[in-house]
Amino acid sequence: MVERKGAVRRRGVLAGFAGAGAMLGTPAILRAAPSGKPVRVGATLSLTGFLAQTAIVHKIASEMMVEEINGRNGLLGRPIEYVLLDDQSKPEAARSLYEKLITVDKVDLIQGPYATAPILAAMGVAQRYGKVMIQSSMGIPKLQTYDRAFPATPFGPEPNVTYPNVILDAIATFPTPPKNMVVLTSKFPSAQFMAQGMKEQAERRGVKVAMYLEYESGNRDFGAIAARVKEANPDLLWVGSLGLESNLLLEALRKLDYTPKNHFHLYPAPGPLALSPDGDKALCSTFIEPDEPFLSRPGFKHLAEEFKVRATKANLPYSTIDAQGCGMISEWQILEAAVNGAGSLEDEKIAAWLKKNRVTTVYGSMRFDGPYNHGDAAQFIKQVQNKEWKVVWPKDVSAPGVKLIGA
Amino acid sequence: MPSVTLLGQALISGVLAGGLYGLLAMGLSLSWGLLRLVNLSHFALAFLAAYIVYELGTTYHVAPWWSAAMVVPLMFAIGAAQHWLFDRFKVNELGSLLMTFSFAVILEVAIQLYWTADFRRYETPYSTLSLRAGPFFIPVLDLTLCIVAALLACGTWVWLRRTYVGKALRAAAEDPDIAAAYGVDHKRLAYLLSGIGAGYAGIAGTFIALIATLAPAEIWTYLGIVFAVVIIGRLGNPLGALLAGMLIGASESLAQAVLSPAWSPVVSFSVLIVILLWDPEWL
Repeated sequence: MVERKGAVRRRGVLAGFAGAGAMLGTPAILRAAPSGKPVRVGATLSLTGFLAQTAIVHKIASEMMVEEINGRNGLLGRPIEYVLLDDQSKPEAARSLYEKLITVDKVDLIQGPYATAPILAAMGVAQRYGKVMIQSSMGIPKLQTYDRAFPATPFGPEPNVTYPNVILDAIATFPTPPKNMVVLTSKFPSAQFMAQGMKEQAERRGVKVAMYLEYESGNRDFGAIAARVKEANPDLLWVGSLGLESNLLLEALRKLDYTPKNHFHLYPAPGPLALSPDGDKALCSTFIEPDEPFLSRPGFKHLAEEFKVRATKANLPYSTIDAQGCGMISEWQILEAAVNGAGSLEDEKIAAWLKKNRVTTVYGSMRFDGPYNHGDAAQFIKQVQNKEWKVVWPKDVSAPGVKLIGA
Repeated sequence: MPSVTLLGQALISGVLAGGLYGLLAMGLSLSWGLLRLVNLSHFALAFLAAYIVYELGTTYHVAPWWSAAMVVPLMFAIGAAQHWLFDRFKVNELGSLLMTFSFAVILEVAIQLYWTADFRRYETPYSTLSLRAGPFFIPVLDLTLCIVAALLACGTWVWLRRTYVGKALRAAAEDPDIAAAYGVDHKRLAYLLSGIGAGYAGIAGTFIALIATLAPAEIWTYLGIVFAVVIIGRLGNPLGALLAGMLIGASESLAQAVLSPAWSPVVSFSVLIVILLWDPEWL
């Protein structure tokens, strides 16, 4: 039984690589242009509201991928028609809009929205209609209990256990390995989930958590929190931040004339933190960056360049592709491989194909046969060095000539 | 037990953060208290001003004080134009909520169309400068904001109580018909007051551009807290708005220092409830 599964997996890997190779290696002129009735793929993104600054990255990546796939052979030889609606960063709006996409707009397939709460809302609707839903940004894998929901980002089934250990392994290599830390987190569910994991794993490995603090998501005044951090003066400040919160915290610390010895940020806005005078040596979670060895992955260099062009045209101040944009690219790569691999638009067949096969994405080869349909974790650490994000850990994926810098 | 330094620093940070709440609350308090119009678009105007200051500073390298000199009259004009709409369509207190909410949403979308939903940050050399007083640090920009807010609050308070225009505005707010019988041209004064309220949003926006990171959805960040400040400070009372802002800011900050930071919103709204129940005469 084990051997059979292994054989199936090997064949799946080979099929995935062969498919990707054929897809990317064939000159465009020799590829058949998609024709016939379009395949309607529906989705919502938070184009307005508090998640909009990240969702715009997803939108750009998504539109780019629809053109890329249509420039190849589309889905089953048919062009994609992308039906995108704005869920206004509200889960209840996402729920209604997915209902509309499926029942009124009669889309053939759906893609997941952005962020845990809208994804959970949309997943309920997808489950009711038996639709396959691929999503790239649900940070709490154990909540993905629907068997036709698939992750496009390699969090792994237990990122609250695996990723803190990646961080602890990295800081253990510092000239003076941190002996204590402060864990400070937003109450945003996925950040809080990871912060609790960080606290547990740090204590398990003998790093004292001197202070664990939670703040309300959307907090804008970090003065008092900064004073508490300064007083604790930890060897490592771990921040479960979203968006701007890291910038605001670091600015508040600088106003107190304090620079943290080492600081890690979970999901910050990449541009503002990299470019901030306070962002130097900041550590952060990532899955991929437009650097080697990732640029050698099939098609990624072209996609990173194309994204930059589009993001610049869309007037984004930080136009470099990051893990958010790549998550959406991966979603489309998985959908393309699964539909064409299954040879069908039927959700049952697409889901069955994904559970048996690997897909080559910008994140590397992904599988979906583990708990909650997750495969292997591939969450890394990047660091701001000379105003640029560079992957610094693990060493085998570090940018060439770049080293992790610790105090 | 938190140290004295931590408590003192938290108090300073809170009072200074409260200056922004107070500054934002002033314009809202004036239009609500004296014109009976609840102007939700006040926050959107402040952010529009912040984005303009950001644009002038980053693209054209205009110093923020010169930007403020341009933005405040512009906001004044927008405020007056907005009042023309209120007047033209005979908008009442409840209707103003709906109308200004729509206006705020339109402004949010317009801001997003031009500046995108992505974060914008106006880095200046003085954004993180601090003065040192013993073990305490006082951020220069936040202190400047508080001083400006205090000057505006005191100036407006004196204007409303000591000048003919101020007295006429207060009289018209009490009873427009009787005030009109005494020759008060309430309609013209209302344009002036709407403009001043929006001008205050322009000043608040200038500081927001320098202190905060901008994103269109941030328009709504201050809504709940500033409403609490307006109510605690009493409608139409600029000094009350500033003091209430500082009280809420200090309460939030001390809660962050002593309890869990997650408790700070609970504390600020608890202060509101306590004050509403207590209803002290001096307030």
